[in-house]
Amino acid sequence: MAEKVLMKGNEAIAEAAIKAGCRHYFGYPITPQTEIAAYMAKRMPKIGGTFLQAESEVAAINMVYGVAGAGFRVMTSSSSPGVSLKQEGISYIAGADLPALIVNVQRGGPGLGGIQPSQSDYFQATKGGGHGDYHLIVLAPASVQEMADLTGKAFDLADKYRCPTMLLADGTLGQMMEPVEIPDVEVTPVEKPWAVNGTKGKRAHNIVNSLYLKPEQLEKMNFERFEKYKQIEENEVMYESFMMEDAEYCVVAFGIAARISKNAVVAARKNGIKVGLIRPITLWPFPTEVIAKAAEQVKGFVSVELSMGQMIEDIRLASGCKKPVLLCNRAGGMIMSPEEVLAKIDELAAN
Amino acid sequence: MKNTKRISIFCGHYGSGKTNIAVNYALSLKAQGIPVRIADLDIVNPYFRTKDSANELEEAGIPLISPTFANTNVDLPALPQELYSLVQQTHTHAVMDVGGDDRGAYALGRYAPYIREENNFDLFCVVNFYRPLTTTPEEVMEVMAEIEAAAHLPFTAIINNSNLGEATTLEDVLATKEKCEVLSHLTGLPIAATCLREDLVPDGEEQNYFALHLQKKYF
Repeated sequence: MAEKVLMKGNEAIAEAAIKAGCRHYFGYPITPQTEIAAYMAKRMPKIGGTFLQAESEVAAINMVYGVAGAGFRVMTSSSSPGVSLKQEGISYIAGADLPALIVNVQRGGPGLGGIQPSQSDYFQATKGGGHGDYHLIVLAPASVQEMADLTGKAFDLADKYRCPTMLLADGTLGQMMEPVEIPDVEVTPVEKPWAVNGTKGKRAHNIVNSLYLKPEQLEKMNFERFEKYKQIEENEVMYESFMMEDAEYCVVAFGIAARISKNAVVAARKNGIKVGLIRPITLWPFPTEVIAKAAEQVKGFVSVELSMGQMIEDIRLASGCKKPVLLCNRAGGMIMSPEEVLAKIDELAAN
Repeated sequence: MKNTKRISIFCGHYGSGKTNIAVNYALSLKAQGIPVRIADLDIVNPYFRTKDSANELEEAGIPLISPTFANTNVDLPALPQELYSLVQQTHTHAVMDVGGDDRGAYALGRYAPYIREENNFDLFCVVNFYRPLTTTPEEVMEVMAEIEAAAHLPFTAIINNSNLGEATTLEDVLATKEKCEVLSHLTGLPIAATCLREDLVPDGEEQNYFALHLQKKYF
């Protein structure tokens, strides 16, 4: 058992990445995720890894593209405006079917926005972000421990499906400190016969590329890739269900908003309202079937989000608009209180 | 914590608890009737600042010198000119809360000539052995050397602030006693205090700990 340490969420991501065998980090500082880069800058040289502060986010993501192509575990991290800059590279990585981890510790937007927490990059993370038909596997931690656990999971999923994976956190989770255990995991090297790591004169050249000169071939690649996405949707959905057994109302929230919502659910139960919480841990693939099933059971949903209402669209889609979905939201770096969530639950229950 | 010097400076690893201790220390000085001012020198972290305790400090009558843009969205590493009054006006005590690691300590460097000249200061190294990158005495010494080089000032004492946040138990703190003693031995610096959240201090042992009365809760 690893010893408990007191870590910021950002530090937990960095250490967990190292434990997962990541030896290559490329980034550019931006609040509220800079601790990831600072931690890597300290640790990587001591363990024979590479830390490189690139000249820009665009450069950093293209370095990730290169190292991923060579078959090594690699990551970059940024916050909202910086992740926007990375989108071209992310699309290329997806188009070349490469495993890589991209961390987004979200802050308020749009534009330069602010440095306080937000969840308003949900659309960007789950609906593409960059150009072309592709998905990222998107994991949403809700505690410092999960920041660590899901980092390891993200690398595994990326390798398993040759798919870029995103850890979508927010400024609160990045900055808050909690005791955390990061176990020493045994990293089993994944065979990467596609990697561009030298033929040693023994095999044909591997090519890592997202350019296809023949449209027929590009179409085929797209269809094949979406077969892979189907498998991910079938096999990798993760969510937490809290007090849902007898629930008449359902709160849906991820990340820090789920943490706040849990308090509200407990408070509402004390007031006699039968409410539960579904916390998507994978935002893509979204727990569509879980929500669809809940829609058969409950009288309505509340989507709790630090945005102007983005995940609410997926809840509506998943529930087939069978039940009302209310929005409880704050934006621009503001955070809702459990009381605000409770008031929205009351509003739903009153109708 | 014994107060002997006019200027008390709190440095240490990022997230070791400097701000919390600095604020509590200023409050304890004021409670003893000692006039004191406190300054926020953090140019590294835009969050978790002395300014979070502005109300408590104001109530206690402790002037706070803080960067204009502290606790705003402006992520600007600029310090106010009034900071010079802390080192140049020697009639009141001064508590300086410095940013983490060597990067934070650079801000202290510009005041170092005045501080050295007056030579009436304590530079405390705040240590939390439960923080990553400072889990052993050797790791702490590495950070200390980097801070001293950036601050142009030598450490004078160690403060053991080992904790696991809200989950901390007395046993967690006691378990770091030996590490702290080794650090003290290796550096030749005294342990000025062991910090403990107020409610964890055992009855009759008040003298052995620096009790943290004010604990900022963020989440």
